Amino acid sequence: MAFRWKNDLTEKDITPKQLWLNRRQIIAAAGASVVGMPALAQSLEPNTLSDIRSYNNYYEFGTGKEDPAQNANKLDTSNWTIKVDGLVDNPGDYSLADLLGGLSVEERIYRFRCVEAWSMVVPWNGVELADVLNRVGVKSSAKYVAFETVVQPDNMIGVQRRVIPFPYVEGLRLDEARHPLTLLATGIYGEPMANQNGAPIRLVVPWKYGFKSIKSIVRITLTDKQPPATWNLINAREYGFYSNVNPNVSHPRWSQASERRIGGGLFASRQDTLMFNGYDEVASLYDGMNLAENF
Amino acid sequence: MIIDRINRAARKIPAWPVYIVGSLWAGWLFWLGLTGGLGPEPINTLEREYGSTALQLLVAGLCITPLRRYAGLNLIKYRRALGVTAFFFVLAHLTIWIVLDVQSLSRVWEDILKRPYVTIGMASFVLLVPLAITSNNISVRRMGAQWRSLHKLTYPAVLMGSVHFIWLVKGWPIEPFVYFGAIVVLFAVRLDVIQRMSRG
Repeated sequence: MAFRWKNDLTEKDITPKQLWLNRRQIIAAAGASVVGMPALAQSLEPNTLSDIRSYNNYYEFGTGKEDPAQNANKLDTSNWTIKVDGLVDNPGDYSLADLLGGLSVEERIYRFRCVEAWSMVVPWNGVELADVLNRVGVKSSAKYVAFETVVQPDNMIGVQRRVIPFPYVEGLRLDEARHPLTLLATGIYGEPMANQNGAPIRLVVPWKYGFKSIKSIVRITLTDKQPPATWNLINAREYGFYSNVNPNVSHPRWSQASERRIGGGLFASRQDTLMFNGYDEVASLYDGMNLAENF
Repeated sequence: MIIDRINRAARKIPAWPVYIVGSLWAGWLFWLGLTGGLGPEPINTLEREYGSTALQLLVAGLCITPLRRYAGLNLIKYRRALGVTAFFFVLAHLTIWIVLDVQSLSRVWEDILKRPYVTIGMASFVLLVPLAITSNNISVRRMGAQWRSLHKLTYPAVLMGSVHFIWLVKGWPIEPFVYFGAIVVLFAVRLDVIQRMSRG
């Protein structure tokens, strides 16, 4: 069932296409007048498509922010299949059409907060993960959903260099996965998802740090045990399984109390980070949990 | 021979253009940041560019003595310019961090106390300050042998700078480890030199 969640960012918050196509050129031309940009950092106006496509973390394509935009063109997204297995009624290899066909694709304008203390606002196009889970049939014994990113070593320079262990894996508790905010996104600004943004299909969990929103998904597994998550495997002290956006719990190496909106230029001001990235409606999922321990 | 030719050329080329090129490069990066040339997040990019340029110049400065000793390449007249320009980039790096990145002196202080990668970066900066202050002919003349011992602080300072870099990245990117490796090798080479001098 779609449209369960009401956007607090509306169509009016979407930048007209003419504007987002032109803004970078305007900034470039205006030079010093970028001083006037900090206002943008405070607003909920979505980032330009060019920002969203040129500032990415996708370590399969290199660790620099501009590396994915440069290298992800090699990703082969043709004949994409997603293996659905584990505690489901209808396991199998699904094409995108089989998995998503008939579901309503919605536009969701979400805040996106990276664990590195920067943020964007992204107008996603996608379906609710809950609808996809209903389609494959979740067995009552399932408690978690595990996800896996594609590995194409010949096409992925970061995989060749083994900067982190691959394949990249992530997971959610089943109630988190079924929350109406949780999306499987296939586009941004009504355009097909760019490879560096996780084409052809990625997870979006807006109240968690960005690394939870796993890209280019090839496998979805329903399980009764908490699944592994890549950054948690690399450094459990710094990256918890939950990784909910929380201004009160510092990353061991830096504060999470504030963030910088991408796109504000050289003089962008910092803004306060909101609990659950501003999505208070998920708070009840964690009733009675100590979020400092379960970070 | 190529070495002789470089040595001959080095005798003719003064060191002051290093300062000019360094300043122009820093200014150019800042201009790029202002005009969108450093991508959608220019603050962090500029901060890192200044920081890694400082590290590169410091490593280059450390190469001068081994190059002379083992390759007969005499570039010693450029060493001060490399060091002072490196310090200038460290200052720029620090300024961008305080003014444009953190934007609050109390948070800067908190970071220095609480975040080990900031602590070690600041410690490295503190070690470099007396070196920059004494990088002039009068200090060299007045301090004599003391000057040489004081300037051995370059080694711990540069090593701490590279640890500062390693400490702040996620995962295992190559670049910070390349600097660290280069510094350790240069350190080892230098220690070997000291041992040989004491033997012979």
